[in-house]
This record gives sequence, structure tokens and C-alpha cells, in this order.
Amino acid sequence: MEKRVFFKSTWLPWALLAPQLVIVSVFFFLPAGQALVQSLQEQDAFGLSVNWVGLDNFKILLSDSAYLESFQTTAVFSILVAVLGIALSLILAVFADRIIRGALVYRTMLIVPYAVAPAVAGVLWVFMFSPSIGVVSYALSHSLGFEWNHLLNSTHAMALIVTAAVWKQISYNFLFFLAGMQSIPKSLIEAAAMDGARPWRRFWTIQFPLLSPTTFFLLVINMVYAFFDTFAIIDATTHGGPGRDTVILVYKVYQDGFKGGDIGGAAAQSVILMIVVVAMTVFQFRYIEKKVNY
Amino acid sequence: MVERRPLLDLLAHAVMVLGLLIVAFPLYLAFVASTHTAQDILQAPMPLLPGAHLWENYAAALTGQGGGAGSNAPAARMMWISLVTALVITFGKITISLLSAFALVYFRFPFRSLFFWAIFITLMLPVEVRIGPTYQVVSDLGMLNSYAGLTVPLIASATATFLFRQFFLTVPDELLEAARMDGAGPLRFFKDILLPLSRTSIAALFVIQFIYGWNQYLWPLLATTSEDMYPVVVGIKRMIAGGDSGNEWNIVMATAILAMLPPAVVVVFMQRWFIKGLVDTEK
Repeated sequence: MEKRVFFKSTWLPWALLAPQLVIVSVFFFLPAGQALVQSLQEQDAFGLSVNWVGLDNFKILLSDSAYLESFQTTAVFSILVAVLGIALSLILAVFADRIIRGALVYRTMLIVPYAVAPAVAGVLWVFMFSPSIGVVSYALSHSLGFEWNHLLNSTHAMALIVTAAVWKQISYNFLFFLAGMQSIPKSLIEAAAMDGARPWRRFWTIQFPLLSPTTFFLLVINMVYAFFDTFAIIDATTHGGPGRDTVILVYKVYQDGFKGGDIGGAAAQSVILMIVVVAMTVFQFRYIEKKVNY
Repeated sequence: MVERRPLLDLLAHAVMVLGLLIVAFPLYLAFVASTHTAQDILQAPMPLLPGAHLWENYAAALTGQGGGAGSNAPAARMMWISLVTALVITFGKITISLLSAFALVYFRFPFRSLFFWAIFITLMLPVEVRIGPTYQVVSDLGMLNSYAGLTVPLIASATATFLFRQFFLTVPDELLEAARMDGAGPLRFFKDILLPLSRTSIAALFVIQFIYGWNQYLWPLLATTSEDMYPVVVGIKRMIAGGDSGNEWNIVMATAILAMLPPAVVVVFMQRWFIKGLVDTEK
């Protein structure tokens, strides 16, 4: 879409664009370019010597079992976060859609977790599940005899970060599902009700299929969220532990690049991450926007 | 709804209440913990009803009087850093985006579509994937431990530019023609017509960007090394050191509540714009 009428000026548009272009080139294109260059180089820990090593960094990464494990951890983590988060918030949205009285109160309270910083969310959940002082771990061990310890048990650690990540993202999913439900024409539901379809059946044959664009959109958004925005949750709860069992890819870039000083390797990891995000975005635009319809 | 089903309505309320209880429980517990002494919390199970130490805990958190094993930086200073950072990111992004969207929509000039794509690409890569090199650039420019270092790299993204571009494209051309007939130049048109029309979009973006800026973690963690430049979200993580018994959880939780308060207030009281902002920025 283009404007039919516009202003003519030789210098003004450049002046207007300048601030954004300067910031974007210095803090976006320069670093992204440097990541590309560094991923082909090897630097010693003091930055004294630099060698071109071609694709060696990538070869080392892809044959490094720790990196492949991290890929697997990220996949498990992000699928759990996306599926659980979407399922729970869909249930909430379906019931919220029925409610007329008090709907605003429910909505207001459900959107609060969105405002909570991931790092703070991590602190809240680790406090509840702390093996020695946590309320929930205490309740688990005293009423069910279940010994919770995310510091030693990697399944528990994964469960903890998934829970914290889902908790934080529920508001977002809920709002999109609620908006999706409310945009379904009432006449469709009424027609189905006239034909004798009960709420359960109406949900599966009308509402759920009509929500599929929203669901797929949220699937991609939640995957991206689990990939990148959950760094703080992990840093505040498990630090990637026990061992390396909750080290997701972004956390590994940070560990290797800033803690380990492996600049080339970290840059290669960044490049792989960039490819993953671009692939996800393209997938969303190309495939989902076109194929999912009714 | 299409039919009366009192039982189903009851079930709906029951599910919502259950959902709310689960969602609100961590927040409630944080509040309860922030009203007790550190010793009360360490004796598992901690009390589940608010205690009597609310004021002293919050005063201790704000002034940094806690005696925990981790960092004891005063929360008042950290909240100030967070506030300045979030506001600079918000206003910076909105300002440069308004200007560049105006240029992209209302002018014809060489390489226009090249710039359009250059800005579009920044949408795809979050700061997390390019932290290493961004850190080097910022440190080379001597911007570590400064407001500029905390904010400017996070302004380099095009979400807002796109939102404004989409909005400007829906503004009727007749307005521009009428303005030109009355002798208004581009800047006058921008200031007197476009800006007032964009008010709702600006409010929506304000909410989203404020929360984004306030809740940043990874970038401030790298860009600040001295305690008096920590935003509160980073500071709170540094208050927790290793074991559970060394931490003053009452102070940590008081700080957590303080850190949540400003974005929560913005979201709840600007709910309408928040929802509009969410839907607009993502679609």
C-alpha cells in the first residue's frame, strides 16, 4: 500500500530517518555483522591473536555433544512451554468467554503476570520450590511424601523452569485466545445450538477450528519466547543445572562467550540462533499465514 | 451465551477462580514473605498469612539495610535506574519511530525501499542472539555503566516503526491535501495532524515498551558492572546467594514486590491500551 499524495523535499526525509538509521546500524548491523565475522575466526582468550578458521567453529559445535544436548534441551523446553501454555490458556479463555458478570475482574487479574519480569518470576518460583524452605516443596514432601529437589534432579529442574515460563506467558496467550473467541460470529454458535449441538460439541466443531490461526500464531510466538525470553528465568532458578541439564541455547551463548571466553564459538552459536529465528519467522509468514484457514 | 446453563456457568466461574488462585499464589506468597522476619521464613513451613513486619522490611529493602549474604544494594536507587531506563527506551523508541515512519510513508526518495527492508530486518533478531558483539560495540564506545549503554542498544528495533507505518497508511489522503491547501508544510502537518491522530497508538506502544524496558535482564546484566547502575530486575537476582539460609528472603521478596509494582500498575490501569498494543505489535 502506498500513499497517492506525498511531500517533496530533498533533505527532510533523510533528516527524519537519520536517528533510527544511525542507531540501527551501530547497534544492530554492526554487531550482527561482527557475529558473522567472528564465527569464522578463532581468538585467544586475551584477544591478542586472531586466525581465520573458516567453518571450523561450526564443525566443532556440531560435533560437540554438550551443544547438541543443549539443542535437545531447548527443543524439549520450548515444546513443553508452548503446548502447556497454549492448552492452559485456551481452557481459561473458553470459560472466560462464557462469563458475563465479573469478566473484567478475571481478565485484570490474569494479565498481571505479563508485567512481572522473567527474572522476578524465576525468583518467585524458586522461592516456592526451594527444597529447604519452599512452601510447595514442603507440602509435597509432607502430604504426598514426594521429595522435590530441583538442585539434584534434572526432571524437577526442567519442570520448575517450564512452570515459571508458562506462568509468565499465560496472560499473553489468554488475551489472544479471548480476543479470538470474541471475534467468532455469534450467529454460528446460535445456529449450531438450534441444531442441537451442546457446548462441548460446539467447541470442537466450531470454536476450536476457527481459533486455529490464533493457535498457530501463538505456537510460533511461544516457541520464540521459550528460546529467547526465558534466559532470565533460568539464570534466576537453575543456572542451567543440575550439571548442564537446563542449559538452553541462549544460556549457552552467555556461558561460553562471557564466562568461558570462547568468542568464536559463541559467535558461531549466535549465528545458528539467528538462522533459527529467521527460519521460525519465515515459517510463520510463509506457511502458517497461508495454509491455516477454514 | 446462547442458552441458560446455570451448572456450566458455575463450572466456568469455578475454573476461572481456580486459575486465578494458581496464577496469583506466587504473588501472594511473595507479599506474605515480605511481611515477616527472615527467621520466620526459614522455619519451614513459612507462615501463609501476612505478618507484622511490612514497613520495616520495605524500608530496609529501599535503603539497602538488609543483611543477606548476596548484594544489599538499596532498592530505591535500583528502581530509579529502572524507571529512567524504561522511560528512555520508551520515549526514544516512540520518537525515532514516529519520525522514520513519517519519512517512509509521506516522502519519496532514493533507496526508500532499501531502508524499509533494513529496518524491517531488525524485527527478526532479538538482542539475545547478538549480545556478544553488541557488548563489544558498547564497551568500545565507553558506554558501559551508563544510561546510554543501558538504553540505546535496546532502542535499535523496529516494532514501533512498523506500527506507526501501518497506522499512517490508514490516515486518509484528503487530510494531507487539505493541509497542503491551507499552506501547511510537512513538519506542520506532522505536528498538528498526524501526532494528534496517533495518540492511541502512542499510548498502546507506551505500555508495551515500558514493560519491555523495565523487565530487561540479560542486557543490563552485561552492560552494568557497578552496583549503583543495576536496574532492580538485575539487582534482585544478585541478592540471592547460593544457599537458602544466607538470604534474607523477606527483603528479597519486598524488593520483588517493589520491582513488580510499576509495570503491574501500568498494565492494570492502562489495560485498554495494553491489549491494543499487544494485538497491534504482533500482527
